[in-house]
Amino acid sequence: MSLSLLIFLPLLGGVAAWLAERVNPDLPRWISLLTCLLVLLVLTSSGLSALADPASSQWLLYSQTDWIPRFGISFELALDGFSLLLLVLTFVLGLIAVAASWSEVEERHGFFQANLLWTLAGVAGVFLAMDLILFFLFWEVMLVPMYLLIAIWGHENRGYAAMKFFIFTQVSGLLMLLAIVVLAWQGAALTGKLSFSYGDLLGLDLPPELAFWLMLGFFLAFTVKLPGFPFHTWLPDAHTQAPTAGSVLLAGILLKTGAYGLLRFTVPLFPEASQTLAPVAMLLGVAGIIYGALLAFAQTDFKRLVAYSSVSHMGFILLGVYAFNELALQGAVMQMVTHGVSTAALFMMAGALQHRLHTRDMRKMGGLWQQAPRMGACAMFFVLASLGLPGLGNFVAEFLVLLGLFAVAPWMTAAAAVGMVTAAIYALWLMQSAFQGQPDDDRQMADFGVREMTTMAVMMVALLWMGLYPQPILDLAAPAVQSVSNLLPANTLVAGVAP
Amino acid sequence: MNLALAAIPGLPMLSATLLILFGRQIPRSLGAVLGAGSVGLSAVLVAGQLLAYLDTPTVVTATLWTWMSVADFSAAIAFHIDGLTVVMMSVITGVGFLIHVYSVEFMWEDESFSRYFAYMNLFVGSMLLLVMADNLLLLFLGWEGVGMCSYLLVGFWYKNPANGAAARKAFVVTRVGDALMALGLFVLFTDLGTLDIQPLLLAANLNWEVGGTVPVLATALLLGGAVGKSAQLPLHTWLPDAMAGPTPVSALIHAATMVTAGVYLVARLHGLFLLAPATLTAVAWVGLATLLLAASAALVQQDIKRILAYSTISQIGYMFLALGVGAFSFGIFHLMTHAFFKALLFLGAGAVSHCLHHELNIFRMGGLRTRLPVVFLSFLIGSAALAALPFTAGFYSKDGILLSAFTAPGIGPWLWAGGLLGALLTSIYSFRLLFVAFFGEAQTEPDRKPGLPMAIPLLILCALSLLGGLISQPLDGVLPDAGHPQVPHLIEWISIGVPLLGVAYAYYAYIVRRPSSSPAEAGGDSPVEGFLFAGWRVDALYNLLLVTPYRTLARWCQGEPIDHFYNGVVSLNRLCHRGLAALQTGELRWYATTFVIGLIAVVAIVLRSAP
Repeated sequence: MSLSLLIFLPLLGGVAAWLAERVNPDLPRWISLLTCLLVLLVLTSSGLSALADPASSQWLLYSQTDWIPRFGISFELALDGFSLLLLVLTFVLGLIAVAASWSEVEERHGFFQANLLWTLAGVAGVFLAMDLILFFLFWEVMLVPMYLLIAIWGHENRGYAAMKFFIFTQVSGLLMLLAIVVLAWQGAALTGKLSFSYGDLLGLDLPPELAFWLMLGFFLAFTVKLPGFPFHTWLPDAHTQAPTAGSVLLAGILLKTGAYGLLRFTVPLFPEASQTLAPVAMLLGVAGIIYGALLAFAQTDFKRLVAYSSVSHMGFILLGVYAFNELALQGAVMQMVTHGVSTAALFMMAGALQHRLHTRDMRKMGGLWQQAPRMGACAMFFVLASLGLPGLGNFVAEFLVLLGLFAVAPWMTAAAAVGMVTAAIYALWLMQSAFQGQPDDDRQMADFGVREMTTMAVMMVALLWMGLYPQPILDLAAPAVQSVSNLLPANTLVAGVAP
Repeated sequence: MNLALAAIPGLPMLSATLLILFGRQIPRSLGAVLGAGSVGLSAVLVAGQLLAYLDTPTVVTATLWTWMSVADFSAAIAFHIDGLTVVMMSVITGVGFLIHVYSVEFMWEDESFSRYFAYMNLFVGSMLLLVMADNLLLLFLGWEGVGMCSYLLVGFWYKNPANGAAARKAFVVTRVGDALMALGLFVLFTDLGTLDIQPLLLAANLNWEVGGTVPVLATALLLGGAVGKSAQLPLHTWLPDAMAGPTPVSALIHAATMVTAGVYLVARLHGLFLLAPATLTAVAWVGLATLLLAASAALVQQDIKRILAYSTISQIGYMFLALGVGAFSFGIFHLMTHAFFKALLFLGAGAVSHCLHHELNIFRMGGLRTRLPVVFLSFLIGSAALAALPFTAGFYSKDGILLSAFTAPGIGPWLWAGGLLGALLTSIYSFRLLFVAFFGEAQTEPDRKPGLPMAIPLLILCALSLLGGLISQPLDGVLPDAGHPQVPHLIEWISIGVPLLGVAYAYYAYIVRRPSSSPAEAGGDSPVEGFLFAGWRVDALYNLLLVTPYRTLARWCQGEPIDHFYNGVVSLNRLCHRGLAALQTGELRWYATTFVIGLIAVVAIVLRSAP
């Protein structure tokens, strides 16, 4: 049963890594590496064979086992192109996170790798679960090990950051749980059968007012996770304080679970209600783009700057999802993948700098290109990706979002286009303060070695590929995206935002 | 066929990749061969395309692969080669190759020799993509690509923070234009359903009314992109600062090629602009205003590169003027001749600073005529062409622009008079530069003379600046034929004579009455000179209106104001916690008392509300 394997492999790998530390402290990271590779192998092989021979018109792979039949809860997993894409991203970034933590973690290697793998298991569950209670379970599962990663291996202010992260996610998650239960209850009232299955809850004829409130429960949980403005304030703290591997996972994957939730659950379960909310969601998106960029520019901490750039980039996802057309939705999906890669790379860069210089303060950097030209070149590449240079993946994503959005909400598009300028301001400022300027000749700093350059090269090739030939990814995501865009009449002008 | 076409931008890009990956391991000579050789090979391939096109003018297209295809949008990595493309490719690779050869000597002693050639190659490749693209999205890729290379090369000597600031300014200011251009693409796609240039022009002709809202909006947004990239008002402020890069960079990017991308864009999409007469008129006025502002600023600059930078802005203003009055082919003609003589002048300026201990202030030069004869010849010919003196390349193109401007209906004479004033200023500032730097007494002695790799490109460009006016561009069928504008003979004679007047004035002011002392560093003694020196203080205005407010806002928000709300929630919770915790005293009497009071209250409420 390959789908549950994708969850249980990292879960068990985590246990093995934890126990293996007693044998040899070097063993856990090798176990992590192998586990991620093994999962990727299972994923690609079963994904490829399923693409040739899909299980149904909607799902590539599908499995369902009874769990608590009395309440209509089952262990229901399903995979389509969209979730396949995100799972590949998850475990590739998992590999990169392992590589990033290779020499950084100094204590409790086993437990560290265990938490890393458990986070991945939770995320894999989120991307696969098709029973809402199961989904909620995984939503919580991924939270705990991430909390521990920050709280145990984080930096100077880790306790505060971990707690803030936990509370934000937990409170919004409870709203979602409430919405899930009420939704299933309503479903039972309408169909006469209590079920938490995604398939059974789709297309219910809910009273509009109730649908709106339930939608809001989902929306808040996912927008906090995304994070959308103004629910983003947990993110700069969590990212800055997390160890490098934690930041890579947080920015690369955990934020994407929010975007995934919006696309998979909020909009399909409540299409009309989502449409009502669209102007607000778009406004939050635009606000996030500009506010995130402004605050990124204001930071002096390398990691905080990158964290705020994520807030800015996630604004595009809100725009893409709530434009409700295929172009913009595809853009949102591309943004999930490309932002995952480019930001993971920048956080790795931040981690590498902190490891070498023992500071994240950019005022203490400057002229690093002199000492570490390879790091400088890598940083330049990812900074350019981040500001949306055509030819790299992030451009494709943001271009498609805005192109799709323009037909629906031209003024929102114009406002979001301001982000093109503000992104350049903070991204180039990052380059200037860290790598350009007068070098400090007394400073000794090792350049990237083979392990780090390999990781960077993988991500560079990925971004170039997605920038120049994104079609395979677009094709993979197309069925899921079309099923969302078909829910609503194409190119409806959203009330209130039309010119 | 596809491969030969793909190799034209592909070779410089491949070379750039190799130089980035292995630049530190390979010897300088190999780096030079890769860097200049790849552009040379491209130039040979372009020459093949040019000859084929001159032989039989047929459009060549090639599709490499589908870039992205979503719903009803699709864009390919595909090329469209017509007369305009061939002209642009020839200028880019021809002038580009000369500048690369020149750079080998100029940059030989630089520690980052291979990085320089990597960026330059990347630039040539991107610029070629820009002009070869058959759809606006690929054009936009080249457009942003050249902007990135410009950023990388302006900030090439990264250790000086001032260079970094200039590079960022160049990128951010042009990005304002790029954002507008992107919006223009959205308008075009939403309205016409495609971004492929040829189908787009067809669809526009079918669906658009002349002067309608959508055509004007779309072209105005595209114009926004063009003024950013081509350093026209109001987005011109980045170019004078961009001189922080190595001088051959200024010659290639900030004179000959990249900054003319806006001119190319308007010419390429002239079919759209003709449907929006209002925008086209705006193009003419933008050009005129820019050419006057920049020419007047060039009059008082002292840094040789800043004079040339303002001159470039001003000359592109002429190109915009030509486009605005519908004389597209004269605009492209001036683009080509300007590429010759301005590259010549910049390379000459580079040679001066190369031989003169990096000196850039013309008032600390003097007497270079006898000391650097090849450079003097370059400046003599370059300045003559810039001033549009008869029989130079610049004369043919600029005369064509002025006379076409005169024939524009309604506003023609005004545009002509403005352009003529600009021509007067142009001849004054260009010969001021020549007379001050190359005549009179020497202030600084050169320590070397340019070698062959620098001298030969200079001489070739000298020849092109003299004779380039005789080239006839294969633009038939691509751009509307402007023909020879019919104007009264008097107008023709005035147009020819005014630049000579300017030369005479410069001779009087800087040779006959040569100032004994150099002007003040800040650009002169009178407030007017100071105002002109600071480029009409546009920078100060933008700092006041945009830069300072943005920085201030960023500083205010630095500590995350939104967290105040969440912290408020936390404090409220703590307060409640403390309040409730205070009730828990552990004293039995207190519990008993509150229990009884509560009981009484409950009983009272129940009794009151009972029926």
